Amino acid sequence: MTSELDIFVGNTTLIDEEVYRLWLDGYSVSDAVALRVRAGILEQTGATAAVLQSDTMDHYRTFHMLERLLHAPPKLLHQLVFQIPPSRQALLIERYYAFDEAFVREVLGKKLSKGTKKDLDDISAKTGITLKSCRRQFDNFKRVFKVVEEMRGSLADNIQQHFLFSDRLARDYAAIVFFANNRFETAKKKLQYLSFGDFAFCAELMIQNWTLGAVGEAPSKPDSQVDDMDMDLDKEFLQDLKELKVLVADKDLLDLHKSLVCTALRGKLGVFSEMEANFKNLSRGLVNVAAKLTHNKDVRDLFVDLVEKFVEPCRSDHWPLGDVRLFLNQYSVTVHSLDGFRHQALWDRYMDTLRGCLLRLYHD
Amino acid sequence: MPGKLKVKIVAGRHLPVMDRASDLTDAFVEVKFGNTTFKTDVYLKSLNPQWNSEWFKFEVDDEDLQDEPLQITVLDHDTYSANDAIGKVYIDIDPLLYSEAATVISGWFPIYDTIHGIRGEINVVVKVDLFNDLNRFRQSSCGVKFFCTTSIPKCYRAVIIHGFVEELVVNEDPEYQWIDRIRTPRASNEARQRLISLMSGELQRKIGLKVLEMRGNAVVGYLQCFDLEGESGLVVRAIGTACTLDKLSSPAAFLPACNSPSKEMKESPLAHPPSHGCRSTHNSPIHTATGSRLTQNFSVSVPTLIYTGMGSGSAGKEGGPFKALLRQQTQSALEQRGGSPHRFCRRREFPFFTLTAFPPGFLVHVGGVVSARSVKLLDRIHNPDEPETRDAWWAEIRQEIKSHAKALGCHAVVGYSESTSICEEVCILSASGTAAVLNPRFLQDGTVEGCLEQRIEENLPAGCGFCHIPYDELNMPFPAHLTYCYNCRKQKVPDVLFTTIDLPTDATVVGKGCLIQARLCRLKKKAQAEANATAISNLLPFMEYEVHTQLMNKLKLKGMNALFGLRIQITVGENMLMGLASATAVYLAALPMPGGIQIAGKTPSDGSYEQHISHMQKKISDTIAKNKELYEINPPEISEEIIGSPIPEPKQRSRLLRSQSESSDEVTELDLSHGKKDAFVLEIDDTDAMEDVHSLLTDVPPPSGFYSCNTEIMPGINNWTSEIQMFTSVRVIRLSSLNLTNQALNKNFNDLCENLLKSLYFKLRSMIPCCLCHVNFTVSLPEDELIQVTVTAVAITFDKNQALQTTKTHIEKSLQRASTDNEELLQFPLELCSDSLPSHPFPPAKEHLESARSNSGIPAAQRAVTVEKASPMGEGNFRNRSAPPCANSTVGVVKMTPLSFIPGAKITKYLGIINMFFIRETTSLREEGGVSGFLHAFIAEVFAMVRAHVAALGGNAVVSYIMKQCVFMENPNKNQAQCLINVSGDAVIFVRESELEVISTQQPTANCQQSCAGGEVTT
Repeated sequence: MTSELDIFVGNTTLIDEEVYRLWLDGYSVSDAVALRVRAGILEQTGATAAVLQSDTMDHYRTFHMLERLLHAPPKLLHQLVFQIPPSRQALLIERYYAFDEAFVREVLGKKLSKGTKKDLDDISAKTGITLKSCRRQFDNFKRVFKVVEEMRGSLADNIQQHFLFSDRLARDYAAIVFFANNRFETAKKKLQYLSFGDFAFCAELMIQNWTLGAVGEAPSKPDSQVDDMDMDLDKEFLQDLKELKVLVADKDLLDLHKSLVCTALRGKLGVFSEMEANFKNLSRGLVNVAAKLTHNKDVRDLFVDLVEKFVEPCRSDHWPLGDVRLFLNQYSVTVHSLDGFRHQALWDRYMDTLRGCLLRLYHD
Repeated sequence: MPGKLKVKIVAGRHLPVMDRASDLTDAFVEVKFGNTTFKTDVYLKSLNPQWNSEWFKFEVDDEDLQDEPLQITVLDHDTYSANDAIGKVYIDIDPLLYSEAATVISGWFPIYDTIHGIRGEINVVVKVDLFNDLNRFRQSSCGVKFFCTTSIPKCYRAVIIHGFVEELVVNEDPEYQWIDRIRTPRASNEARQRLISLMSGELQRKIGLKVLEMRGNAVVGYLQCFDLEGESGLVVRAIGTACTLDKLSSPAAFLPACNSPSKEMKESPLAHPPSHGCRSTHNSPIHTATGSRLTQNFSVSVPTLIYTGMGSGSAGKEGGPFKALLRQQTQSALEQRGGSPHRFCRRREFPFFTLTAFPPGFLVHVGGVVSARSVKLLDRIHNPDEPETRDAWWAEIRQEIKSHAKALGCHAVVGYSESTSICEEVCILSASGTAAVLNPRFLQDGTVEGCLEQRIEENLPAGCGFCHIPYDELNMPFPAHLTYCYNCRKQKVPDVLFTTIDLPTDATVVGKGCLIQARLCRLKKKAQAEANATAISNLLPFMEYEVHTQLMNKLKLKGMNALFGLRIQITVGENMLMGLASATAVYLAALPMPGGIQIAGKTPSDGSYEQHISHMQKKISDTIAKNKELYEINPPEISEEIIGSPIPEPKQRSRLLRSQSESSDEVTELDLSHGKKDAFVLEIDDTDAMEDVHSLLTDVPPPSGFYSCNTEIMPGINNWTSEIQMFTSVRVIRLSSLNLTNQALNKNFNDLCENLLKSLYFKLRSMIPCCLCHVNFTVSLPEDELIQVTVTAVAITFDKNQALQTTKTHIEKSLQRASTDNEELLQFPLELCSDSLPSHPFPPAKEHLESARSNSGIPAAQRAVTVEKASPMGEGNFRNRSAPPCANSTVGVVKMTPLSFIPGAKITKYLGIINMFFIRETTSLREEGGVSGFLHAFIAEVFAMVRAHVAALGGNAVVSYIMKQCVFMENPNKNQAQCLINVSGDAVIFVRESELEVISTQQPTANCQQSCAGGEVTT
């Protein structure tokens, strides 16, 4: 006796969260059954393995049919075939687009191209995430990227509107899209200690302050450069950053800056002497990072540079986070007292974001 | 020209890409009714076209309005080649023809293609203006309401229950026409869908005419079926119960406008209007082209069972004669009715009722189950002299049923249903029902002598009256075994009662009920024509007998004494016959306590054998004890002296009444008991019997927290909560063809059913505590070695705490709930509950809903736009965003249930009958996920189309939903499969009881909130 056909269709589509997770994780039906058995479901329910197999098959079939709709979440809301309560729809979408930390760290900042897709085998082997799941996550990134790529307006809002994500997930995807678009290097060994959260945090700050959409320029220049307002860094701003070079190139200005900072921080910093000794190096590092951002290549290396030029020196001197915060605050505020420096607004736009990023990046 | 049909095509969405080059579609729509077709403009390059067409107006006869479906075809415009069809929507406009049902059909309908399934949706608005024409009921029966529900619909009162109406129409099956060889599968499928739609429209109209003749205004328990007879044709037949219903909310009686015309007709009994309004069944316009090819040259009538329980006892002193009198009265009452002999002979001929639940006082006594089967040979030979073969077949069967009922001292049959099973050219016709004595008050125009009525009611003690035997004890048609009623002690009752109806609401039941199934397979040699039919009819009595024995044994094993909702299905296949009986067992307080089951060995020589027997005996006794505990059966002990009658001898009380083919009045008897042995003694004399005993014990009870029944509601559970889940599950197994034996077959079939039930329990575990209600199994044998079982049922949650300990404090309850939280198992119910709550915030009253519905008439474009902005986050968000009430679009929740009610809600309006037939075919079976993927998608699509139609009528639920047919054929080698599904039900508007309360307290605010909430749901 073999079962030729075995289906269950409910008026309200049954969604088993546990099976959904297994399906998303890319397990085959037989693996999923084995995992469910191991989780002790047979003992809890008194079911047989055959029942479990049939149930798992059913859910997999349902998910397979839903997948097409999940690729365009508004379709899931409007379709008539599956009657699913709104909160369940939200859950389906949210879980489908959720990603693994290990996976996102591998592809963050990479071009979402066929080439990268070919590397998924390696990523799968390295992270222990099934290839199927890697593909889904990669395709999700790419799909979101494609849809919002050409859109105007807030990146996170666009994503939320077209994919119906929660705020949190929409912001994460905004970061992923932003990184993919600007191709920031995140894979270098010295960046390995950073989590996706760290990068996402930085991305959000950069989107808020460093992109075209950030300064509210768009309304004044409706025709030019308004595309991709949130995706691309403000080229003009990056060009202008060269002007900051004077802070380190002008020796007097640098000395003045240093003395002002030292005066302000004397007695407040546990690592004062280290700071004093390193001030010029650190300042040079931070300003040079800014000055280099005109080149695409250097933009990509932004995080590498920040870690190399600032995080690592401070860490090797064992600066506590509090001291780093004090220093960075003072360092950026003091510039306002430098009479010879004329680019105060530019400095603030640069440094406010950078300070936030650095503080986030500064950990073990 | 009594009607104007107006159609507006608003918009489409999610259309498929028809032009690969542009990834877009140039869509336009053809709207066809009868022979008139309108077209919209082509909306270029869009997958979401906004046609916003003018109103297309069709001026048509109301006869056509009833017969024809509105056909909407979406096409892709192609300048150089033929336009490609995207898909179709058939809309049955019948609901718009009743004065008090829906007024407009408006909403998104899935665009359906028989090859590709659902391909996007289309927004359509349909209205009908009926002109007031005095003669308009001549040919059509527009005023008659149809209900699938097999009880008096909730918001109506039955003034008169007139009785049985039946009709059938026949046609050639387009699939078997010569043209099918040259047309595409799509064209063939569409021709079939359209034909069946037409035929059911015609059938419904004709039934409506009969109802009008009887001066009724509604058909309740309307059951329409298709017989796909293959080469010999297509039969669409329907039965129902004609009633005069009165709307409850409006005290002024709804007097149907049909009264006058029908009276006119009554005066001239032979008044066949010049047109085809009353023409004979088979001369339908669609049929005349071919004439009837259906004929019969062979027929075997098979013995028929009357299931009933009897006992011996002294004759009733007053009861008997009185009842005889009563019977006479009712009989004559039935006969008196009406003026036209033509019409009323028909009714007297078959005093049948398709109802399974009745107004209080309607059902006086129940005799037992009566059933009849007949094996017929379908023949291709064209025989114009016998155009009404099918009618004659059914008339024969009905006659037999009637005579069986008479033998049981009953003048009526309730819970009546008919079915067929067809394999190649052999067809088994079956009919069954419950013989009963009814209160004539409801059958009469209120002219019954009051005194008689009085006396009936006096003599009807609540809760046991229907159990009292209707037949004359002194002149019983068979030796019977009776005791005094354990409830009132006045009348005689049988010791076991089998019925096809629902448990009467006033019946006193001990404990809870449970689903009982008897399953049976019998191999049969492959044969042709007459030989085949003879072989089948020879097997049938044995199958009936064994099914009956199994039911009896299982009933005893449960420690119960009555079966309700009994449905026995015999399915014929190439090389086997399958029998499946389902019923809900209960313990009726009025009936005596059932005896146990004893096992006897035939050759008590061997010591170890003896031991084995006693071991089995112990197991059975244990099971009975366990079941009694499980179903809480602890009837009050009654000392026999009080009853004053001897303890009934344990004796086999099953009777088999056999009637030979032509002479159905001549009732011969066949003793069903195992020789002269005592009742419920199982004799283990060979391996077969051993199997039987084993199979008795293999039925596993449902896991704790689950109950199941095949009736509307579970006896003993009454605190339903609002969560319901209707589902359909289909399984097909392939038998290994090697050395098939009856035992192996039985085991396979048993396992199939048991595993299916287990799967259901597992799948629905998140709803515990819950009950599977109206569990409906259908068996078919699509091929030699394939068995297909289809189950449709509804799972309803109930509140266990409230049921068991109402005194429990709140804190205790919440504590308990908290503890269950921790169990992984119960993670879902809570979530589901919280989900389901916000998912049914329907407008609180129908006025609101109606306003919502008229709102939804606004252009879809507007509505669609607002949705784009909605986000899925939390209900709160939704509520805020959908500030303009109901401007938000689309998918409202539509509940579906096979029951006639929705727990925790009140049905405020019946919108009309839903009767849909779909064909789906594929030539890429593997690509669509194999047979399971194909059928899963199709059933989901069918549900979607039903929901869409209900929503467009302004409803939010389908009650009395039934999947009448699910014919699945596959050819994996060719990568092909085809499936036909026929579903029906009643579209309704319901309002949650909790919402009703809210309205009464704070009407204005509730109004606003609800309409907002309605918008929320729709996203």
